[in-house]
Formats: sequence, structure tokens, C-alpha cells
Amino acid sequence: MDSQRKKVLVQVLNLVTSPKDRSSVSLVCKDWYDVERHSRRHVFIGNCYSVSPEIVTLRFPNIRSVTLKGRPRFSDFNLVPPNWGGDVRPWLEVFAAEYPQLEELRLKRMTVSDESLEFLAASFAGFKALSLLSCDGFSTDGLEAIATDCKNLTELDIQENDIDDKSGDWLSCFPETFTSMEILNFSCLNSDVDFDALESLVSRCKSLKVLKVNKTVTLDQLRSLLTHAPQLLELGTGSFWQELTPSQHSELERVFSNCKNLYAVSGLWQATALYLPVLYPVCTNLTFLNLSYAATLQSWDLAKLVPYCPHLRRLWVLDTVEDQGLEAVGSNCPLLEELRVFPSSPDGDDIVDGVTGSGFVAVSNGCPRLRYVLYFCWQMTNAAVATVAQNCPDITHFRLCIMTPAKPDHLTGEPMDEAFGAVVKTCTKLERLSVSGLLTDLTFEYIGKYAKNLEYLSVAFAGDSDQGMQYVMNGCPKLKKLEIRDCPFGDAALLSGLEKYESMRSLWMSACLVTMNACRSLASKVPRLNVEVMKDDEIGDDSQADKVYVYRSIAGPRKDAPAFVLTF
Amino acid sequence: MESKAHEKDLNLKATELTLGLPGRDEIIELPNQNKKRGLPVDSKNEEGSTDAKNAQKETPPAKAQMVGWPPIRSYRKNSLQANKNAEGETATGIYVKVSMDGAPYLRKIDLKVYKCYPELLKALEVMFKFTIGQYSEREGYKGSEYAPTYKDKDGDWMLVGDVPWDMFMSSCKKLRIMKGSEARGLGCDV
Repeated sequence: MDSQRKKVLVQVLNLVTSPKDRSSVSLVCKDWYDVERHSRRHVFIGNCYSVSPEIVTLRFPNIRSVTLKGRPRFSDFNLVPPNWGGDVRPWLEVFAAEYPQLEELRLKRMTVSDESLEFLAASFAGFKALSLLSCDGFSTDGLEAIATDCKNLTELDIQENDIDDKSGDWLSCFPETFTSMEILNFSCLNSDVDFDALESLVSRCKSLKVLKVNKTVTLDQLRSLLTHAPQLLELGTGSFWQELTPSQHSELERVFSNCKNLYAVSGLWQATALYLPVLYPVCTNLTFLNLSYAATLQSWDLAKLVPYCPHLRRLWVLDTVEDQGLEAVGSNCPLLEELRVFPSSPDGDDIVDGVTGSGFVAVSNGCPRLRYVLYFCWQMTNAAVATVAQNCPDITHFRLCIMTPAKPDHLTGEPMDEAFGAVVKTCTKLERLSVSGLLTDLTFEYIGKYAKNLEYLSVAFAGDSDQGMQYVMNGCPKLKKLEIRDCPFGDAALLSGLEKYESMRSLWMSACLVTMNACRSLASKVPRLNVEVMKDDEIGDDSQADKVYVYRSIAGPRKDAPAFVLTF
Repeated sequence: MESKAHEKDLNLKATELTLGLPGRDEIIELPNQNKKRGLPVDSKNEEGSTDAKNAQKETPPAKAQMVGWPPIRSYRKNSLQANKNAEGETATGIYVKVSMDGAPYLRKIDLKVYKCYPELLKALEVMFKFTIGQYSEREGYKGSEYAPTYKDKDGDWMLVGDVPWDMFMSSCKKLRIMKGSEARGLGCDV
């Protein structure tokens, strides 16, 4: 290709950012492949074991931003033993050599040690953005290294990690000369931070757009922070309850009314009707409200709040808001696209009514633009789900968790097959589905037949026989991720996906009926798959494969697998 | 739904001689039995405990603890736990629903507002416009067709007044003012 054409192509490619599109570009011809790989700045690796850092750096020499995901999702729910893998260190070492100009690193379900964080801070002079979601292995000591050494940091986003929270001292490690922070999220840490250090940091970082503090920050302290940062776009409050004097209370109202650009609010621990009204001035512009940590919020509190939030697009709540709360949402938030209802008592320790089909239907009646639904409940009916699907045919993510395993329709006592049948038939754009309740193979027949755009399926305590999983493996042309637990799917089911697994990111099967022999057979028939079995000492039968993780890989079998992971 | 099952229970059991208090909320839901692999905690319940009290103490198998279920990240679970522990400490109020048999809608009250049983009962009388009888340990609420009951942490319906106030405050999940024959079954004329 002549240099003129190349220049044009590079210019055009600069505007093509989605990994899928760039993949397509690279397949056009060798020249395009070459131009694409040199001009790529961001790489997304959905499974860190599907490829090696050497292969990545060889193909893409000029990367500035990496997203890397490690453990299978069920590790979030303690189904993967500790020390399974996903250590970021080997990646960092290769990146330090090949990508000294690395600016951004986003990790999900990876193991990150303090030494790795120190190494990161020392190796990349221009490092800007670190995001750690659901990771483990580090402590607040590692954060100290980041704060001290990353002179150009613009983003530090620590979310839902399993870390050793020793103290809040790390926040004091940002030097006085440091002013570049734009996104700071430490909401999931529990230790007190030095408030003066935080206040000073917020005051001098004039470009701060996102600030999410932890629950040790009081309301009055928040008031002070907001006076320094009225330009915020997203705010995560600390504790939203405190005994305030009347003047403090009105000051709080005033600072909120000064935040003219705020469109997202979260945190809100212990938020009650007493202080929620201070949010009213910002509610008109709110598009995202996360009340999922406001454990004392009742249905009528929510009902009083939502009329002020007509532009809400995303709402996260606890099931303490009950059906009445959801009715209020349906009546007041016509633009709602995403609803997540989390359980307040997931272990069933407290008797909680929570939300039911009635609340679900109420929201769907008022919010036809719903696309993303996550709904935890203790009971549901086929009719309610079918109505929701009818009302909201644009749903792309439907995750329903009836928390009692294999629970039938609450009214009719029948399986919940028709519920999910309605979803896959009506919501033709469906990309992600999580099923629950009492389900027969019929559910999977529906899924295989109708869910033509489905990419991600989660199944638990469902199905009757191998046929169930076979329906899915033979249908669902776009399936990428399949995770199954506690289902009666065995060898025939596993092997029915022979032709499909290489086009998928991964398959997880645990507490099913798969044998070691079938795993062996699969591995031998499809060499570019890593077929891994996690040995569980409690399961006496050596022929059973209790936890199976299958994924495509061009890096071959893992070199760092612990003893309990067998690769066939 | 719940109260209907409850009614049935009371009608049968009110006349039975039992060691436990009458009026238990027993809704046991068993998961699908077709699976070859049972749920780990379930097997205990399915064998059947000889001790009836134990069977009632163990929460229904449907709500039993099982690894990784429901699928909530541990951060969120721990956060909820911390909230529950802190609930007694913050002054945010302990709101419980109050239902009265025959009334068209429920009410909600903040238990923290009251310092003792008489205050609470007085407030209920005013709220629902009725009279509660005289409480005695032996006979429950005598002299009226109403009896105040509450649902405790274990899901059992108890008569208001039997336990110390603080214990009641921390275990009361819901209040129900029973009326008529059901009310008379509680602690009276056994």
C-alpha cells in the first residue's frame, strides 16, 4: 500500500474504536491487518489465559490502554478456590518492556499483589488510569505506591475488591503538587481517610469529574467537599445520615443546588427521608441513581423521591422498596432504561417480602424503554414476566434471580418455562439472560430456538436432562459465555458443544454430571481448547468432574496452574 | 397468601396441646427433587429430624445457606451485614409494618419512638381506633377481642408483651393486630 493510502487509512482507523470493528478491519487483507495492528491503542482481553502477553505485544506494538479479565465470573460467589490464578504480574513484566508508555490498565477478577502495584507505579512514567474491579491480593499499602509515584494519575477506581484494608493513609500519599485527578472512587474501602488530605486533594484537582468516597465520610464533610467541587459529574456520597444543625442542613442543600452538572449519585449509606430532600435540586438532571446501599429506605421514601427524577435512566435499589416503591418508579420515570433490584437479605435471615411480579409489571408499564433488568426476588409468576416482556420488547439484558432455587410459579405452581419463553420470543435483541426458578428442558428449547442474539447465558438449578443444554448448544448462534451450576447436564450435553466452544469465550459447569472421561474426550477432539477441571477433595468420586472450565486459547495450557487444576 | 395459611394453622392448632406457642408460620418450599445431586444443606432436612423443635428452628430449606447462592458479590453481602449490625446504633428508626385484621391498608410505625410496651400499645389503639385488653402473663390480652402480635426474626408469630422491651425491639419484624377467634386462641382459655 502506498504511503498516501496508508495515511488515509490510519486517519479513518483512529475513529474506529470498538474492538469488534477493529477485528473486522484486520481481516480485510494483510495491509489492513498491518495498519490496524500498528494503530491500535487499546486492547481488550476477555480471558487472560486465552492469549499470552508475548503474543499480544508482538501483534500490537503501540498499545496505551489494556483491559484484562481473569477468573470466571462464578469466582465472585466463592465457587472458585483461592489461588486459582489470574495474576497480573506476568503481564506487567512484559508490558514494562514492550509498552513503557502504557497509560491505562483496567482489571477485573485478577490477582494483584502490592508488589505488582509498586512495580506498576515504578514502570510506567506516564501512567494515568487504574481501575480494579472484583480483584484480590492487594492491600492499601499497594495503593500508597500508586498515590506516591504516579505523578500523572487521572483515574483511580477501586470497586468491590477483596483487599486487606489496613488504613486510609494511602490517600495522604498524594503529593501536594499532584493535581491531575479526574476520577477517584474508593467507595468500597472501609477505613477512615484523613479528611484534611481528602479535602485538599479535591480542592486542588480542578478537573475532578467523578468523586466516590467511602462511608466513613460524614454528611457535613461531604458538604465541605462539594463546596470545593461543584463541577462534579458523578458523586458517591459517604454516610447520608448525621445529626446536623439547621444551618448545616441548609448549607448542605445550598451546596447541592450548586452542583449543576451532577448526573449520577451513589453511596447514600443510611439515607432516609430526612436528608434525601437535599438532593431534590440535582434530581432533575439525574440520569443514574444508585440507592442499593440505602438499607433503611422504605417504599414511601422512594415514592417521595422519584417524582423529582423524571430524567432517570438507570436506577439501582434494594428490595426494601417493595412493590409500592417500584410502582412509584413506573409512574415517574418514563425514560428508565436500567433497573437493578438487589436483595436486602440474601441469606434469608430476615423475613423480607421484597419485590414480586407485581412491582416488576408496574415498572414495565411505565418504562417501555427498559433495556437492562436485574431483579432479585423471592417469588415470581409466569404471567408477570410475560407482561414485562410484552411491555419492554427492547430488553437486551434480562437477569432474573428467584432466590429460592427451583421455585415454581408462585400462583400456579407450574414451572417458570413460559416466563423465559416469553422473554426470548418477544425480546429479540436479548444479549444476556440469567434464568432461575423451577425450569424444565422446555426453557432451553425456547432459548435455543428463539434467542438468536444471545451472547451470555447463566443457568442454576434448572433443566431435566442433557437435552436441555443440547438445545442451547445447537441453537444460539452468537453464544459467547455459558455458565451452569447444579444442573443435571452430563457428558452428552458437554460434548454437544464440540463445534461451538472455539467460537465462545468460555464454558463453566459446576455440580453437574460431567465425567473426567468426557473432559478428556473433549480436549483431545478440540486441541485449541483448554479443558480444565478443578479437583474438589470433598467429592469422593474421582471419575466425576465437579468444576469444569473450558475456554479457547492460542496460548496453550496454563503454565501457572495450581495443583488442584487439571488440564486435559 | 401468608395469612390464609396462617389462619388454617391457627384453627387446627389452637386446640392442640403443644409445648410451643400456637400459631407458627410454616411455609416449607422444597427445591426440585429430580436432581441427582441434592443441595448440600437440604439433605439434613430431608432425612427428617426427630426433634420437631429443631425442624422448626432450621429455616425452610429453600432459604438455607448454600455456596455462592444467591449470586451476590461478597462485598455487597458484607455491606448489608454491616448495616444490620449498625442499625441498632443509628437513630434512623426501626420501621415495622402494622396490619389490623379487617383494615383495608397497613400502617408503619417507628418502634424507636416508644420506650415501653404501654406507649406502643397506646399508639396502636389510637392509630387503629380500638381497645386492647389487659395484659397478663397467664392470660394474654383479656377483655377485648383484639390481640397484638408480632413476627420475630425466626418468622414465628408471638404475643406482644412476653419478652423484655429491648428484646422485642430487636426481634420484631412486623406487627399484626389479631381480631376475633384467632385472638382468643392466643394464651387464653387453653
